[in-house]
This record gives sequence, structure tokens and C-alpha cells, in this order.
Amino acid sequence: MLTAEEKHQIDHEISLVPAPKNACIEALKIVQQNHGWVSDESLKDVADYVGMSSAELDSVATFYNLIFRRPVGRHVILLCDSISCYVMGYEGIKEALHEKLNIQYGQTTADGRFTLLPNCCLGTCDCAPALMIDNDLYRNLTVEQLDEILNKYT
Amino acid sequence: MEKPLTQHIVPGRAPLSLKEYEKVGGYQSVRKILKGMTPQEVQALVKESDLKGRGGAGFNTGLKWSFVPMGDDAATPKYLVANADEMEPGTFKDRVLLEGNPHQLIEGMIVAAYAIQASISYVFLRWAYKVAAREITIAIQEAYEAGYLGQNILGSGFNLDMHLHTGVGRYMCGEETALLNALEGKRANPRAKPPFPQVSGLFGKPTIVNNVETLCCLPHIVNNGAEWFKKLGLTADAGTKLFGVSGRVKTPGCWELPMGTTIREILEDYAGGMQDGYLFRGLLPGGASTDFLVEEHLDLPMDYPSIQAAGSRMGTGTMIILDDQTCPVGFTLNLQHFFAQESCGFCTPCREGLPWVERILLAIDKGEGKPEHLLTLDFHTKYLGPGNTFCALAPGAMEPLQSALKYFREDFERHIHEHHCPWSKAKAWQPSI
Amino acid sequence: MATIYIDNTPFEVPTGKNLLEVCLSLGQDLPYFCWHPAMGSVGACRQCAVKVYKDENDTKGKLFMSCMEQVRDGMRISIVDPEAKEFRAHIIGWLMTNHPHDCAVCDEGGACHLQDMTVMTGHNYRNYTFDKRTYINQYLGPFLNHEMNRCIQCYRCVRYYKDYAGGKDLDVFAAHNHLYFGRAEDGVLESEFSGNLAEVCPTGVFTDKTLKQHYTRKWDLTMAASVCHHCSLGCNITAGERYGTLRNITNRYNGEVNGYFLCDRGRFGYEHVNSVSRIRKSLVRSNLPEATDKYTALQTVVQLMRQGRVIGIGSPRASLESNFMLKTLVGEDNFHHGVSDAEHDLTELSLKILKESDARTPSLREVEKADAVFILGEDLTNTAPMLALAVRQAVRQEPLLEQVSEAKIPVWQDAAVRELVQSEKGPLFIAVPTATKLDELATQTYFADPDAIARLGFAVANIIYPESPGVRGLKNNDLHLAQQIADALMKAKNPVIISGTSSGNEAIVKAAANIANALVAKEKSAGIVLTLPTSNSMGLAMLGGHRLQSAFEAVENGYADTVIIVESDLYRLASEGAVTNFLKSCKKVIVLDYLHSQTTEHADVLLAAGAFSEADGTLINNEGRAQRFYQVYPTIEDIQESWRWLGELGTIVAHDQISWWHGYDDILSAIVKEHPEMKGIEMVTPPSDFRIAGQKIPREPHRFSGRTAMRANINVSEPKPAEDPDSPLSYTMEGYRGQPPSAMIPFFWAPGWNSNQSVNKYQQEVGGHLKGGDPGIRLIEPKPEHKFSYSAAVPEKFEPMDGHLFILPLHHIFGSEELSAQAAAIQERIPEPYIAINTDDALRMKLDEGQLMPFAIDGNLYQLPVKLSTTIASGTAGLPVGLPGVKFAELPAWAILNRELQWKPQHQTTF
Ligand SMILES: Cc1cc2nc3c(=O)[nH]c(=O)nc-3n(C[C@H](O)[C@H](O)[C@H](O)COP(=O)(O)O)c2cc1C
Ligand code: SF4
Ligand code: FES
Repeated sequence: MLTAEEKHQIDHEISLVPAPKNACIEALKIVQQNHGWVSDESLKDVADYVGMSSAELDSVATFYNLIFRRPVGRHVILLCDSISCYVMGYEGIKEALHEKLNIQYGQTTADGRFTLLPNCCLGTCDCAPALMIDNDLYRNLTVEQLDEILNKYT
Repeated sequence: MEKPLTQHIVPGRAPLSLKEYEKVGGYQSVRKILKGMTPQEVQALVKESDLKGRGGAGFNTGLKWSFVPMGDDAATPKYLVANADEMEPGTFKDRVLLEGNPHQLIEGMIVAAYAIQASISYVFLRWAYKVAAREITIAIQEAYEAGYLGQNILGSGFNLDMHLHTGVGRYMCGEETALLNALEGKRANPRAKPPFPQVSGLFGKPTIVNNVETLCCLPHIVNNGAEWFKKLGLTADAGTKLFGVSGRVKTPGCWELPMGTTIREILEDYAGGMQDGYLFRGLLPGGASTDFLVEEHLDLPMDYPSIQAAGSRMGTGTMIILDDQTCPVGFTLNLQHFFAQESCGFCTPCREGLPWVERILLAIDKGEGKPEHLLTLDFHTKYLGPGNTFCALAPGAMEPLQSALKYFREDFERHIHEHHCPWSKAKAWQPSI
Repeated sequence: MATIYIDNTPFEVPTGKNLLEVCLSLGQDLPYFCWHPAMGSVGACRQCAVKVYKDENDTKGKLFMSCMEQVRDGMRISIVDPEAKEFRAHIIGWLMTNHPHDCAVCDEGGACHLQDMTVMTGHNYRNYTFDKRTYINQYLGPFLNHEMNRCIQCYRCVRYYKDYAGGKDLDVFAAHNHLYFGRAEDGVLESEFSGNLAEVCPTGVFTDKTLKQHYTRKWDLTMAASVCHHCSLGCNITAGERYGTLRNITNRYNGEVNGYFLCDRGRFGYEHVNSVSRIRKSLVRSNLPEATDKYTALQTVVQLMRQGRVIGIGSPRASLESNFMLKTLVGEDNFHHGVSDAEHDLTELSLKILKESDARTPSLREVEKADAVFILGEDLTNTAPMLALAVRQAVRQEPLLEQVSEAKIPVWQDAAVRELVQSEKGPLFIAVPTATKLDELATQTYFADPDAIARLGFAVANIIYPESPGVRGLKNNDLHLAQQIADALMKAKNPVIISGTSSGNEAIVKAAANIANALVAKEKSAGIVLTLPTSNSMGLAMLGGHRLQSAFEAVENGYADTVIIVESDLYRLASEGAVTNFLKSCKKVIVLDYLHSQTTEHADVLLAAGAFSEADGTLINNEGRAQRFYQVYPTIEDIQESWRWLGELGTIVAHDQISWWHGYDDILSAIVKEHPEMKGIEMVTPPSDFRIAGQKIPREPHRFSGRTAMRANINVSEPKPAEDPDSPLSYTMEGYRGQPPSAMIPFFWAPGWNSNQSVNKYQQEVGGHLKGGDPGIRLIEPKPEHKFSYSAAVPEKFEPMDGHLFILPLHHIFGSEELSAQAAAIQERIPEPYIAINTDDALRMKLDEGQLMPFAIDGNLYQLPVKLSTTIASGTAGLPVGLPGVKFAELPAWAILNRELQWKPQHQTTF
């Protein structure tokens, strides 16, 4: 069930576009903001709300890589794996994260704290390597900094 | 040296508020056009200034606008979209403008919207730019309050609404027609052209999509004139340009410099030259989808025709450096992995060809490459060209590949013959007969 | 016209089309995947690349996708250019990187567009050596298999299912090379047109699940041109057989009727032929349980006929020939229609309207081009499914054509057109008793009782043309709506009015006729479409005959004592008591049919009739189009067409007319002689002695295999192939290999084109008419001098009755039609019986969804679970007709509600 607040926010997005379904990505974002991901039930709720079928909405949802259709941890680590970070050695960071968190790409730590995902260029190539945790960007990374960074997130 | 775009941007400091921005001359161009210029005059001025789109393709902005139907019987509403998706690997120039001076973008958007008589505008911002999102939201709010946006702007009768849309990932969203689909809440597949967005764009209405940097140039052109703008450039091209450098250089970064500044100058004077212990091997001059340039090209001026003549493209003007301690095969593999993954999957050559290329490069990189693999790569570079695929993603992907095969072919062959990546510390792979 | 140069040869071609379409129309072999003539171009697969040159001096040229290029005068292109060829071969190479290469075990093999295109491009060797991605497949219901690994991502499935047919539950998921085409989760595909996916998909992703139960390759099928028997539209089908069972139905292109598509009832209903209820041997009651040989059966019937006073009951699902033969045998006065009395009257009325109307009945193709549509009283998706699909196209094309031409976007550029048009639709008004699937497209819907619908219709006609009688006491709202509808119809150039018999209400049909004629009076080229209950309702009506009630009376009065029932289950046509009474009163009951039913249980003699695939015959569809269906395979001797049984009876009794007729063609001539208005039916197909280059037309493709072995378990010597005396078709692979006349194409095939896409080669231009004209001959056209007389039968306002509900008939695509309901796959889709009542009424009666509601219609007691409806008018209720478990009632009718009525099963038959 969509909450009143979610509906309110979605209504606002709908007011900006010609047809409710045009606001479907915004609506998915709103739901994901609250739940961390978009479950099948949420997807159906959103679909009903904006007048789409589940299939039609899922078609949109699954196209984009930042709409999560599977549960994620409390914090999502997006590690930039694009070219500048490659040149600057993001692979070392990746190995370190695998080791520290004991998860591979696409996995969530056993305690549900982190999900690790690769991500394309974060647009901060002059400060490579970089990663993002939730809304926070970390640049000029070294393996040594990782513990301190990770410790900020519970 | 004049730096119109970045003059008010101070790294580490919050962007100018609307009041501060007005104090340094902000929104003058809006007053000027609304008071004294027809949309057609604005279009003509911009065309005359020879401003070329900074999103990568380098098409004359005024000319692009001129295909929008004007007059009373043109379809309404018309739309203007600022392309702030910036997901091209190695590119981080729009971020500087977005985070550093959002009012400049808004001002530019008002100019562009007025020129094509658009009444609704969007900033299509990539998701990762959280700071920019915050700043733009504030700036749009301020602009509404000050009457630069909304109904009857400055009493001129011109109306413009502006909304911020943040994307949910996918490089494709930067391609202007795919961007429109994303804005409509659809899958970001590109659209066939014709019809061009100017005729049937967002929601089937006339639409212009311009890059952030392109739009940021507009207030200055309106304020200072076409001639002034042209003279900013050192060579054939007009204006300044945000150039950037990333990779193993001493001081990577982004700088506003005159069009036509040479690559060497940018590399050595601004990026500080190669880091100690690293040698220069090549560079991609304007993001991941441009062809390699090498030593012999370093004295070329960075402008559209010169870079094109050298077999590459200006692209976004943000360079990625390949150094001698990075394997060119691995470098290319990283790029192709990106492109294969970001293909929307709509057309066959891109959807199926890029993963194939990636698999081959992976095999070569692991030492499992075969001589015939190079032939397969060659036919991909030949047939994934412009026009053969549905949009420019795959042709863009082929640019670094084809030039890598040209300039670094021996490195590819060594991998194949030695069954081992010469850069890798791992043991050579032994073929199992 | 434009001149284009293909590899330096000039061709005159029409302008406005795309290059691919034009090349294919010229007979060039140019491969493609994502393009479809009914759905236009999107440029996704990149398979159709050709070289395009700027001018004569351009020797280099550039690759272009032919499906995305508009033809220009003077255009120079090359198909055979080495680079273009190499590129096209690479496209296949790319597509095959993830394809499992499993042709040998794939149902599509041998009729696969992907195979054909692979061969055409010359991509022979695979050089992709890495592993392939694999998918998990989905359960999609009883009609289709899903094998995603074979997918080549051409997007045709979603474009057809979603964009063309309006489906909601099939889509494309994910991105890059992980695209997945399917449902959001496993489950039955909801669209009534899902089966077309099997033909739309160029490879083996979506295949016919019913075929899989008895799989046969296309090249091993014996096939013939046939006509769908499951509703009155007469879609053209190809039926395929092997080893004596019917294996599948595929679409048979008819440019005027069904085009490229069929509905699921039509595609999957065929299995009634193979069902357990089939009658395969003739039976004589006194000889039971032994079956009777043909000779004895005939002799028995002849004896009964000689002893008795015989009447006949014909059938709207039997061919014109069978009905005519029965009528001749028993005599015109003794020929009755095997339809309910209400249906009889409504069908007669429809025929009368078509004959006297100044408005013409458009074909399905013409309905697609309508620019305003008004539907009265019909739930088309359930009563005439392909008409619903045509209306879908009509409302899409109306806004499309204007805007698109303004923006200079070619109509075939599908994605661009959709973008421009957005969700805008052409005018469509729907007035029906309860919600229908087309409502989502409607400009306005009007849910009301049948009389109110008729009154609205009369009002519309009156507004358009005051000579058409007006309606008294119409509420303001309704008047306003009538005005809106009238305005929209008057604004259109080609408005179409659609109604039909399914509501059981004559006034609605009359109102529809008034509107169409009023529009014609106002110089519009308006069309009227009336749907009828059954495949040959029109044919039967044109033959004339008495009502069923008079058959009952004839026996009751002692005028007759013996009845010959042809292909009818009387229990579906009249109340159970009346039918049982009738059958018991008859001294002898002779039934010719192919499915056991409650009626056949009463037969003293049961003659095994041929099902549609075992028979030749003519059907006349709702448009008045006579169409021939051919026997597909030889039957065992005992099974034969009803007309042949009757003919043999006539010969034995030395009937003064019948004994002169020697073959199928003679019957046609006799029909025309007797019914001059049917002139033309003898030309629907060439006569049986027609030959091309002295040869017959083979029903089997030239690769037909195993014929020396297929009966080896019985006898190692191959038997002499059966002869077909009724048509120029042979039952073998021998004969003329070229294209036969359009009405008798047994299967579509052309060199290099094994899949159904070979139909391109049979069309005058791609997507247009078949070469030699589309099959079928229209028998009814408006006469220029005729003056339509407007009906004044405006009904009074409907008044609900206390303690009663007015029961309206509701129809279901799966279940309401007699034959298809016997097909196993369809049976899985038949809904449970229910009674639909208005939510307010339910509240008043304290009934909840699913609760059983007892009621009685005409003395018959029903007790059905309640289905709540917000749309059905208060005081009315909807009863699904024809569903197994729902007894016949002549609807609409008043039902008595009595909360005290207790369900007493023992009273069921005698109540
Ligand atoms: C795959 C692809 C990605 C693109 N990404 C961007 C982008 O992130 N930002 C951008 O401004 N232009 C991008 N472009 C270019 C746009 O399609 C378009 O040309 C540009 O926004 C036009 O603006 P301009 O005329 O101001 O340069 C991309 C193009 C392609 C083919
Ligand atoms: S499933 Fe069939 S129709 Fe759909 S994209 Fe794949 S190959 Fe094309
Ligand atoms: S048929 Fe032309 S691109 Fe697919």
C-alpha cells in the first residue's frame, strides 16, 4: 500500500506531466526512497496508481540500473568501475571491499548493512578512484581510508 | 584570459545566490532579450556566434534551433531540456558548472527557451550529482521567486516553467532522444531521426535538448555579442571550453580555456604533466567514445576541425590519459565493458556486437586470445559505424577500439602470442593445447 | 509513382512507402525481422540494410536500413552490394551469438523466419566461441509455449501484443543483451489475440502449445484453405493435418477480412475436431452397442423417411450446401432453422437491413479505416473478436492520419507516429449493458439496459436526420450524449455503426440501421456492421426457413413425426423441457453431426458428419461474403459431409431433384438456380475440374516426408492416394507448384520463404490484396435506387420490476460458442458460470460477491454465484450464455427472484 505521503508526492509529480504514467519513474523513486527498493507489491501499487499494468511498469523499472528490484542492504556502495578509476586503480579498492565486507558485486552483507554494486563513471574522474555510499561521494580513495569510511555507516 | 563560464565559480565555496549573481551581472541577458529582442533575433545571434554544442557532436546551436517550428500555428507547448546527464566516462565538466553556478544555467535556459518560445523546461540531471541537485533546486526556487521563471516573466508576457528531473541510471539517457523517452517515463531507448526532436520531441511536441555547457554560454553571447564570443577562441572555433584531464597526471582537473588551446598546453601547463614514473602513451581527447590520439598529436589545438582531422573527436573535451603502465588491452576492455553494459538493447549490432567485443578483449587480456579474434574486432569496428546502428552509442564505442587497434596493435598481438598480459604480474597462461 | 534503381535496374514504384516494403513488393528477397506490414517499421534489427547512393556518380554509397527509408524518385540502391551483403550476414551472426541453434528440436523449424533469413544472408558458419546467456522460461497458459533462449530481440511480440492488440501483460524487461520478453510473472496471457504471437514471432520463442501436443513440421502437414467456424466474421484459416488428426490452425491472409491475424478462439478452437465427443461412426439405436456401416445406416434412414412424415432442422454452423440439401430433401415447407426463435427473428432482421439499407457493410479492413465508430449493444471482443481488433486500429488511425501528414512523418514509421499521436484516439462511442474490453478506447461509454441503448441510438439517428423517428421522454444527459455522438459521426468521413444480435434486442439493431442510413442520407459514406450469432447464420437466413418453434408444433400437431437434425444441439436453442418433449414426441429422430450432445442421445440414427476440416462447403459471413472452406484430409469412409449424406439419401429415395446432382459443383449451381440472390457463390472458387497446366493443386508441400512409411505398421505397400472429387486439390504433394488462385491457397510457401512471411509473395503489394483478389464474394451490396424505410419501433423506457431482474445475455469468447468450447485448450479458459448483478441491487438483496443467487427464468431454476458489476444497470442482470453448466434460456427475459426459493436439484428437469 502506498502511504498518504507517498501518494501526495506522486500526485505532485503527476501534476507536472501530461499523463499519470509519465510520472512513473518519479513514483518508483519515491517508493524506493522509502523502502530502499521496489518490491513486487510496491511495483503493483505504483502501477495501479499511475494507471499502468505491472508488466508495463516493470518494463520501465528493469531498464534502469538504479531502480532496485531486489532487496538491498541499509547502505548501497556504488563503486565506480569506469575508465579513469580503472587507470587510477579502482581494482585495488574493489578487492579490499570484497575482503572487508566478504561480499561480491551484487551481494549484501550478512548483517544487511551493505550492498556492493559496480557503477559507471561517477563524474569525478579528476579525483579517481571514487565511490558513493548512499548520497555521499568519496574521492581520491586509498585502501587505507576504507575502514574509516565504512565505519560511518551502521 | 577571459573565463566567462567559470568566473564566478570558486572551488570549495557555495555557488552564488540569486542576489549575489544579479550583483555580478546575472540575468542581464534575460532582461535584454525580453525587452529588446525577438526570438528570431536571439536565434540569429547565437547562430552568428558559431556556438557549437558542447554535448559532444559539436553542431551549431543556433542552426539546431532554427528547425523548431515558430509562429502561431506551431504545436504547443514547446520544450527545452538541459542535458545534464553527463555519464560519459572521463567526463566531469558539466558538474563544475552545475555545482558551481546553477543560476548561470537557468539564465541560459531562459535565453534558449525564449529563442524557441518554449514554455516548459527541464533539467535532466544524472542521479549521482547530489550536490548539483540540491543547488539547482534552490536556484530554481529563487528564480521563480524573483520572477525569472513562471508566468509573464518580467512583465514581458513570456512564460516559462522549469523542473528538475533526476535520472535513475543508464548512459543512454544522455542521448537526446533517449533522454526524452526517459523524461516521459519510458525505457530510454533512442528514437529514430527524422523526425527530429525539434519537430516531434518531448510528448510529441517541438523540443530542444542542449548540453549544460552550451546553455551556459548563452547569457554571455547575449550580453557581449557574437563577435566577442568568436574572438574568445584561438583558432577556427568560437568561445571558451571546459577542458579536463584525468589519469596519471600530476594535477588532474577541469579548466576553462580558449577554444584551440593545444593539447600539450593543457596536459603540461594545467595538468602538470605525467606523474613521476609514468610515461605518456596516448589519450582520448573528449571522453570514452573518442579515438585515441598519441604523442604526434600533442601540439594540435583542441578545436572541432583540428581534432577531427587527426581522426578523433573533440567530444566533451575531457581527456583520459593512457600511461605506459596501464595495459592498452585492459584499458580498451574497460571501455567496452562499459559500452556493452550501457547498450539499451534496441538494435542488433550494438546489443550483440559490443558484448562479443568485450568477451574477445577479455580473452585477449587473460592470454586466451587467438589471432582470428583481431579479425572479429576489425569487422566490428567496420560495421558498428554511424548509420549502421540505431544511435551513436555503438559507433562511439568503436572509436577507442579502432584507434587502439591502430596505435597499439602490437600490444594486442603480444597478448595473443605470449598468452599473457605483459602488464600483468600473474603467471603466463598456458594454452591447454 | 517514383522511379527507383535497384542494382541499376529501374522500377516504377508507389511513393510514400518505405524501401523495404517496396523491394518486397517487387519480389526482391531482402531479409528483415523487426518490420511487419501491419505494424510498420522501427529500425531495430538492422537486418534490412541496403546500399543507398547519392546519385549516379556515387560509387561508394552508404548503408541504410531500407525499412526506415522513404522511397524517393530517382533513388539508387543496391541489394547485392558486397558490403551490404556482408553486413546483413553479420546481423545474423550477431543474432545467433546467443541463439541456441536448436532447430532440430524447435517447433518453429521448417517454418521459421529466422532460418529463412539465415539462409538468405548466407551466414553459414558460427565464429562466436564464447558461452551463451540463458533464460528461464515462463508458463503462459494453455495456448503458447515460451522459449526465450531463441529470442532475437526484434520487438515484434511486444509491438504486436501491446501496441497493436492493446494487451497489458506482455512486455520487454531489462536492457542491453539481457532483454527479456514475457510477462511480469508466470501466468496465462490475458489477450484474446495472444495466439498471433506464434506467427508474429519470427523464431521459436512463442509457439503453438496445442500443436506441441501432436507436433508436426509444417512441411509434413496436409493443408487446405479453410474458414473459421467460430463466429460470424469468417476469418480465413489454414488447417493442417497428419495421421488423421487436425494439428493446427494458422492465419490465412485475406486482405479484406482478417489480414494477418486471428483471435484465440479461432486459432485454438479447432481441437473440437479431435475431442472425445467426436462421432466417428454412424450409429443405429437398435444395433447398439455396435457401430453401423455406412450402407446399413443409409438404408435405415431411408426406411424411416419412407415410413414417416419428415421435417428437417438445419443449422447456422452447417455449410450452405448441407442446409440447402436438407431443405431440398425435406421440402421447403418442412425446413426449420436450428436456432432459437429470438435468434431466428434477429438474423432475419439483420439480413433485411443489409438488403434494404442504403449504408454498406464494410469489410474488417474497411472498419480499420473508419474515422468514427459507434457500437450499440455488442461486446465485440467476445462476440466478434476480430472486429474488436479492427476497431482498435480504427480509433488509432483516425488521429494518426491527420497529425502525421501534417508533421510529414510517414505512417509506417511506427514509433515516431506513436510519439506524435501520444494517447490521442479517434471518436469511439460504446453503448452496452456492461463493461467491455474496448471501453478503455472509448470517447464515451454508455452502460444501460438494452432499451435505453436503443433509445439512445434512435435519438442519434433523429438528430442526424429528422426523418428518422425521434424518442420521447429522453433524459437531458442522454440527449446531450446523443448530440455528441451525432456530431462526431457527422464530422467523420467514413463513420461505421456496429451492432448485432448478441443482445437479443431488435430495437438496438433497428436503431443502428437508422443511424447508418441517416448518415447516408446526409451524404456520408457510412457503414453498418451487424454481427450474427454463428459462422453461417447469414447463409442459413438467406436460404429461408421456419422457426424452430414451428418444428415443435408440427410434431405436436401430428403434422410430422420424423425429424432430421443436421449439426444442431437443440438443447442450446430452446428450453430443456420443450426440447425433450419434442424429441420424445417424434417417432424417429435422425441426427447428422460430428460432436455428441444432449440431442444426439435421443437419436434413433446418428450419421457421422464431417467436421469443418473433413468437409467442403460455403459459409456466408456477417458481411454477406460467401467463402469456401476445403476439406483438409480424406476421412475414413464413414465420416462425410452432411450434404453428402443427405445427397446419398436423396439419391436412394430417387428425389426428383437431388438424384440429378452428381457432385459438389452441381449443388452450387442448384443453389444459385433456386436463390438467384446468391449468384456468385459458384465463382467463389474454381470448379472441381479446374487444373493448372493439367495439374491439381497439392495439399502437401513438396518436402512432405514419410509417406511410404507412415502407414507401414498397417501395410507396407503404400495405398493409392485418396481422390478428391469436389475440388481441384490433390491429397498429395504432387501437382502444380506455383501459386494457385487466391481462394484455394492450401499453404503459403515460396522458394527461400518457408515461414508464414512467404505471404508477401502472394500479395499484389505487401500488406495489400492477394494476387487475383482477396477470397470471397460479397452477395449483398446496397442498391443505388433503394430508399431505406426508417424503423419507428422506439421502445419505451425500461422499468425495473419488483422481485424480478431482467436477465441480459453476456457472451464469452471462450465458452459461449458451441464448437470451440469442446477444444481442450479453450476449456482451460472458460469461466465458471455466474450471474452478474448491479452492486446496488446486490446491496439491497444482501448478496455478496460469490454468494449463490437462486432465480427462475421461464420456469427453469438457476442458482449461480453472484458477480458484482458496477456497470450493469440496476434491475438487470447478466447471464453468460452457452457456458457449460448454464442452461438455455431465451434472453433477455425476466427472472423471478424469490429468496424463499430453495434449490431443489430433483426439480431440475421437471420444474
Ligand atoms: C550514447 C550517448 C550519450 C550521450 N550523453 C550525453 C550527455 O551525457 N550529455 C550531453 O550533453 N550530451 C550527450 N550526448 C549527446 C546528446 O545526444 C546531444 O547531442 C546533446 O545533448 C546536444 O546538446 P548540444 O547540441 O548542446 O551539444 C550523448 C550522445 C550519445 C549518443
Ligand atoms: S520474442 Fe520473438 S518477437 Fe519478441 S523480440 Fe524475441 S524474437 Fe522478437
Ligand atoms: S526490418 Fe529494417 S531494421 Fe528491422
